[in-house]
Amino acid sequence: MINLSGLFWLRREEQSPSWLQGLWMGVIVLLAGLLCTGVMGGTMGLSQGGWASVWKYHGVFWQGWLLTILISGVSLAVSSLIGLGVALALRSPVLPLRSVALLYVEVIRGTPLLAQILFLFYVVANGVGLQDRIVAGVLILSLFSGAYLAEIVRSGIEAVPATQIESARAIGFTDFQTFRYVIAPQALRQILPPLAGQFASLIKDSSLLSIIGIGEFTLAAQQVNSATYRTLESYLPLAIGYLALTLPISLISKILEKRFRYET
Amino acid sequence: MKLEALGITKTFGLGKDHRRVLDNLTLKVEFPHVLALLGPSGGGKSTLLRVIAGLERPDGGEVLLDNEPVPFRDQPVSALRTYRRRLGVVFQAFNLFPHMTALQNVVLPLTAVHGIPEKEAKERSLGIMKRLGLSEHGEKLPGQLSGGQRQRVAIARALAVKPKFLLFDEPTSALDPEMTAEVLSLIAELRQEGIPMLLVTHEMGFARKIADQVAFLANGRVLEQGEVGNFFSKPQTLEAQRFMAKVLAY
Repeated sequence: MINLSGLFWLRREEQSPSWLQGLWMGVIVLLAGLLCTGVMGGTMGLSQGGWASVWKYHGVFWQGWLLTILISGVSLAVSSLIGLGVALALRSPVLPLRSVALLYVEVIRGTPLLAQILFLFYVVANGVGLQDRIVAGVLILSLFSGAYLAEIVRSGIEAVPATQIESARAIGFTDFQTFRYVIAPQALRQILPPLAGQFASLIKDSSLLSIIGIGEFTLAAQQVNSATYRTLESYLPLAIGYLALTLPISLISKILEKRFRYET
Repeated sequence: MKLEALGITKTFGLGKDHRRVLDNLTLKVEFPHVLALLGPSGGGKSTLLRVIAGLERPDGGEVLLDNEPVPFRDQPVSALRTYRRRLGVVFQAFNLFPHMTALQNVVLPLTAVHGIPEKEAKERSLGIMKRLGLSEHGEKLPGQLSGGQRQRVAIARALAVKPKFLLFDEPTSALDPEMTAEVLSLIAELRQEGIPMLLVTHEMGFARKIADQVAFLANGRVLEQGEVGNFFSKPQTLEAQRFMAKVLAY
């Protein structure tokens, strides 16, 4: 006789088997899907025709999705550089540099992204004559995410015990060698989970760039919706499209966390 | 080898919390020797070791190693770094790099700091680890080793660079008795090889057995210095007598 309670209950000392969790997630998604089609199919007149009329625009979705990947990818790289640089500036012995970095982090983290997009695009980018929306969008998104990454990186660096730095000094490492061999790898291990979260946020936040007319994924879905008046069929692919980008990040982060695991 | 610490002063903190840890301390030793620094907690033993290791800059005074002043002042930071590279320091809490294997911990200083080619560095490290009974543990992370094994890896790391001078800062304070014995017998072996050593320890029995000379530190000064036998049989100063009476009572 199969122990049925094992499918539902996790005893304290046990590890949850990942296949079982996957199974549960599958079941829940299936149930939720059935429920949704039941409810919305009734109220919104879900029909074969709905999907067909949206399908005509699949090229628009596809292009928007690719543009979202492009914008997010470039922003991810640029914001990582900003984040690392600002994190080091936050710990710099040069006080003015420290203050600039701190001001940047506080201003960016203290204002909504939407306000930053509007201000930086319509005021600053127009002011300096930056016409290319996509370039402007990437820069704005990088500046935004860079501030959060800087705080994450700083916390990771500060979590490395002082005894480790002392050991590195005793060996005769230069400051750069200490960073490269001792601080960076240990800090990276510490910050992997929040880093993955921030990268996923960056992808999701890129949707706000639709407000300045960048034809990324969200704007594409909005356009399809206004052309077809099919709300569910326009926005369900939108949600799934973002999940298809963010879930792998969270998965990769979990794998890396396992690989870098060590006890102190 | 000759080590001189002349008029070393070191204070920590400012204003009200200001503490003078080393107070115009003077110490002169001729090695090859094992010099044990003994004395009550807070007496300045570890701080003195850290000053001699070039990890802490004294506020005043000079350290001379073979008549050469340690470049604490008036020279670029790199000069102090170069000085530190010639020494081997073993810490109380091992301070191994937890994200690297035991072998990588020993190899990295050789390749990164001393410019020894990877292959040669690996061979040298494996040789030393074998001698220290660590052959099977090279591929393990420090977290997978016992405290005694970790400290032996730390000693291997310090030895691999062929230091002029080995400094031990309470190397057994974080270990249980069995592992303490394991590490102490290793240090005794190293003594046979004639590497000059400076040892801060609370293991009185061990200090008596292994050290040639003892310096007794209290209140930031060397109150007494001499042959180990003399010190243990008849300490001269009142402070040393009190200290010995206390630690030897049990």
